[in-house]
Amino acid sequence: MPLRQTLFAATAAFAVVFAMTPASSQTLRYANQGELKSLDPYTLKETTTIAHHAHVYEGLVTRDKDLKIIPALAESWETPEPTRWRFHLRQGVKFHNGDPFTADDVIFSADRVRAKGSNFLTNVPADAKFIKIDDYTVDVKLDSPNPILTSQWDGWFIMDKKWCEENNAVAPTPASATTPSYASLHENGTGPFTIESHQPGVKTVFKVNPNWWRKPEHNLKEIVFTSIGSAATRVAALLSGEVDVIEPVPTQDIQRVNASGTATVMSAPEIRTIFLGMDQVRDELLYSNIKGKNPFKDIRVREAFYKAIDVELIKNRVMRGLSTPSALMVAPQLYPLSKDFTRTKPDPDGAKKLMAEAGYPDGFEVTMDCPNDRYVNDADICQAVVGMLARIGVKVNLLAQPKAQYFGKVLKPGGFQTSFYLLGWTPSSMDSHNVLYDIMGCRDDPKNATRGEANLGGYCNKELDALADKILIEPDTAKRDQMIKQAFEIGIKDYGYIPLHQQALAWGVSKKVKLTQRADNEVLFYWATKQDE
Amino acid sequence: MSDTAVPHQANPNASHAGATPDRWLRRALASDVFYSFRRSRLTMAAAAVTLLFFLLAILAPLLAVQNPFDPAQLQLMNSRIAPLWTADGQSPFLLGTDEQGRDVFSAILYGLRLSLVVGVLGVLFSGTLGIMLGLIAGYFGGAVDGLIMRIADVQLTFPAILIALLINGVAKSMFGNRMDAMSTLAVLVFAIGLSFWVQYARTVRGSVMVEKSKDYVAAAQLIGLPAPVIMLRHVLPNAMGPILVIATINLALAIITEATLSFLGAGMPDTMPSLGTLIRIGNNYLFAGEWWIVAFPGFALAALILSINLLGDWLRDALNPKLR
Amino acid sequence: MLAFTLRRAIQAIGVMIAVGIISFSMFRFAGDPVNQIVSIDTSAAERAAIRKSLGLDDPVPVQFARYFANAAQFKFGVSYQFRLPVADLLKERMPATLELATCATILAMVVGILMGVYSALKRDTLLAKIFQAVSLIGISLPTFLIGILLIYLFAVVLGWLPSFGRGDVVRFGWWTTGLLTVSGLKALIMPSITLGLFQMTLIMRLVRAEMLEVLRTDYIRFARARGLTTRAIHFGHALKNTLVPVITVAGLQFGSVIAFAIITETVFQWPGMGLLFVQAVQNVDIPIMAAYLLMVSLIFVTINLVVDILYTVVDPRLRSTIDRPA
Repeated sequence: MPLRQTLFAATAAFAVVFAMTPASSQTLRYANQGELKSLDPYTLKETTTIAHHAHVYEGLVTRDKDLKIIPALAESWETPEPTRWRFHLRQGVKFHNGDPFTADDVIFSADRVRAKGSNFLTNVPADAKFIKIDDYTVDVKLDSPNPILTSQWDGWFIMDKKWCEENNAVAPTPASATTPSYASLHENGTGPFTIESHQPGVKTVFKVNPNWWRKPEHNLKEIVFTSIGSAATRVAALLSGEVDVIEPVPTQDIQRVNASGTATVMSAPEIRTIFLGMDQVRDELLYSNIKGKNPFKDIRVREAFYKAIDVELIKNRVMRGLSTPSALMVAPQLYPLSKDFTRTKPDPDGAKKLMAEAGYPDGFEVTMDCPNDRYVNDADICQAVVGMLARIGVKVNLLAQPKAQYFGKVLKPGGFQTSFYLLGWTPSSMDSHNVLYDIMGCRDDPKNATRGEANLGGYCNKELDALADKILIEPDTAKRDQMIKQAFEIGIKDYGYIPLHQQALAWGVSKKVKLTQRADNEVLFYWATKQDE
Repeated sequence: MSDTAVPHQANPNASHAGATPDRWLRRALASDVFYSFRRSRLTMAAAAVTLLFFLLAILAPLLAVQNPFDPAQLQLMNSRIAPLWTADGQSPFLLGTDEQGRDVFSAILYGLRLSLVVGVLGVLFSGTLGIMLGLIAGYFGGAVDGLIMRIADVQLTFPAILIALLINGVAKSMFGNRMDAMSTLAVLVFAIGLSFWVQYARTVRGSVMVEKSKDYVAAAQLIGLPAPVIMLRHVLPNAMGPILVIATINLALAIITEATLSFLGAGMPDTMPSLGTLIRIGNNYLFAGEWWIVAFPGFALAALILSINLLGDWLRDALNPKLR
Repeated sequence: MLAFTLRRAIQAIGVMIAVGIISFSMFRFAGDPVNQIVSIDTSAAERAAIRKSLGLDDPVPVQFARYFANAAQFKFGVSYQFRLPVADLLKERMPATLELATCATILAMVVGILMGVYSALKRDTLLAKIFQAVSLIGISLPTFLIGILLIYLFAVVLGWLPSFGRGDVVRFGWWTTGLLTVSGLKALIMPSITLGLFQMTLIMRLVRAEMLEVLRTDYIRFARARGLTTRAIHFGHALKNTLVPVITVAGLQFGSVIAFAIITETVFQWPGMGLLFVQAVQNVDIPIMAAYLLMVSLIFVTINLVVDILYTVVDPRLRSTIDRPA
């Protein structure tokens, strides 16, 4: 080949390569304290896992940057009757293996997500019937109205029927699977990224999906995800530039990261509410020196506990300013009337008086259960609470444990074995009803076995339950918000719980990277851009 | 096993008569071992530091400005204060305070207490266990010996830290709901004790094997002395030197093990911190510039282990004159 | 000779069975694995079903028999956390740990021997005293503290070395190595030093002691008397005699280096078996814990056996040295 031709060919080839190189050309390195365990999107309902899956899979709906429900694989929907929804599916969408996305996949996914072994049973109501109208229209029929249906759907991802059938993955991979299913090791979604390699617990590499139906807002060609459990190592990795994004940054290192000049901390209140609960059911506490009666059944004792605790001090000292003290059991972002509630000031003297009135002038002893690797500074908060209660004469024996042991003990299967505990809660539907039902609902409701599922102390007020049932089906937002307000007021009056704060999100982000931070703490890179290196 | 049970004249071998630990100590003090001790300034310094640490631990309640184990004495308002000599220092917090308003100096004193208690009790436990098993194995030999030494083999398969981690984990999962600080302490002693008995057993067994064939043991057997008496009164004292060396080195190892367990979160709880727990807590604040929370406990731990190791080193050299 | 070998082999198998019993019974009763694999709102009935499907309801002897039969074929079951066969996870993590342990051991031996020889030959020089001091500090600083100090200094303050992970690795079949890339080699430095430091001080002290002992033996005196050069005496005779026990100890210690890697791997987030084990302990992932324990024991018992046999082959007189507390 003569030189000129060679040069021409080379230039042409270069031009082609250049033209084919998409805007997405950056590699983003991300480290999280948690691991990615299974690729099957129905195995584990956990914030970090769901966020990972959201890069690969998509649902009918999704949440935008402000957590509003917006169309995704469903282009639009309407409710011809309160108990019937009609969804129009997006056309021309392809799964990563090239299979087209159709109504059959939706019906299949609706069955699969509610099949035995799925961890997302409550995301799609059991009474919902999915009916295929045509290839791109699906009707959903319900027994009773459910205005928050699409809100509950966030996190429910659509899978490829054909692919699942071909690979013997029709049944969801239960968390207890004794052999790894195909779907837990491979993915086939419609989302903006594909998974190139997956070493469980170590490293997962996401590659951009060039055929994504949406126009990408990001400029990434790949995401390299590593799990770094140790907080100090994670921070060191960010500061030395080995990774671009870390989550979370420990509160004490936030200043240092900000001062580093290479990275900053993105922080905002998270919608998870941290609170204290007390056993109000047992006639005698499991872990206390008071025998024959349960001091927490006395509202004065609960009020005294509430007044003994100084959430502002916890905010300033333990949380280093990175928490929002809360009067409510739900975050202000999720409930517009939150501003009508304020937390009363701490009053240790008043608390002492109440204790004396209740017949405990010298206090009593009680054991507190606390996780030490679940929430931001959880064990430190508990220690601070121990100190504050010591000042009203209550001797608290702190049992701070890793979440595995902690949850095993205090949750329903463990028999609610706790007298006094700290817990955090994010309503998965982003709605107050979830809090009123799961956390503040009575445990012994014969009609609704799942009510009060996470009500570890067994706080119970039938009035509140009745309101919660009305709230679920109330379509009028203004009226609904008023009813929610009434329900929360009942809970506050009863001192059923002691809400502490909403903790802060803390993402460590290299200055080269721009991210959108959402209050549910899902770290999503399809909104990320990274500068040239 | 009491002293009155065996009259000394019953022992035909004079050099082994009356070699009780007490006598042995007296003899040792008069010996060239003690002479070498006085000659080595480093060793004397190490001994002084070790003694100082023990004194600090014992006198902790008198020296500390607060009881760091009592939550009512901790003021959250006083959290994260820098050491006294820095610009942000505040009296009376000499070495500053931690996240919970705990005075670091007081916490070190009390933490030192825990570390030393766990270390000393762990050594006593492992020493007693190891000596007993070593004596039994060496004296009886045969199948008993085989069994004990095979157990020792299995045990050696696992490094001490792994065993301690396992025992701790198992105990936590079994008693998790009822574990308070004191039972955690007991579990730590138990875990460390069970991790370190093999060296004693092997050493004692070795010297029992040597002594067993000597005439005086045969004589003692002949006159009908019970086996435990022969072993404890006549055979054991001959192994006291090496045992003392092992015990000293193991004290340092036990303290390191406790610190490592606490560092990994399997040791003392945050409300009752040992030195290892303090370092684990403090490590979280190192990058934040609050260096004093980890630096002083870390320094105290290193100094304690270093001085004990120096003592052990000297002891080993002193008891093995060949190397001097 | 054959009888001896056979006896040692049978003993080794006995040890492995004992380890199997211990690891099984320990882990069977440690924590509840069910809680780890379900989320907060999983119902009690579902939990019971999971418990049943994991075989946690069967009688203990049945569980043990099943466990042991599988373990003998390297089938350690499926990890509760990752839902992958434990054998695969271990296979994937093993190269990282073996590479780290090997580097740490080589580093410990080379530096330890050099320091030991020097401090034995030039006992009273300043450098020898410094070596002695370093060795004392090496065993007096807990591993985790050394690792944290190194990271703080070389990764955060100076920014010379990576603070975590293995860097880029090259794959050969199922084996991965970081020895062939710059980032892989850089990533190895700090973990190797951290892990090898204890071994290094051990070897240095051993070499020093052995050298001192050998140097006062008659044949060295005789060699001196014969007028051999000091260099020939020290390196041709003294060191050669010293190396046998040193290499033996280093070999025997290899198993515990692998186990001690737990701490180093945790500090440096090194993706090896130790980190897997720590994560398994935190998550009560019983199959991984049991398998890890068996693997470490197997490595250790094998090394022990090989060293034992080689030792008797090379020099039967040296047998008693093995039992010396190191």
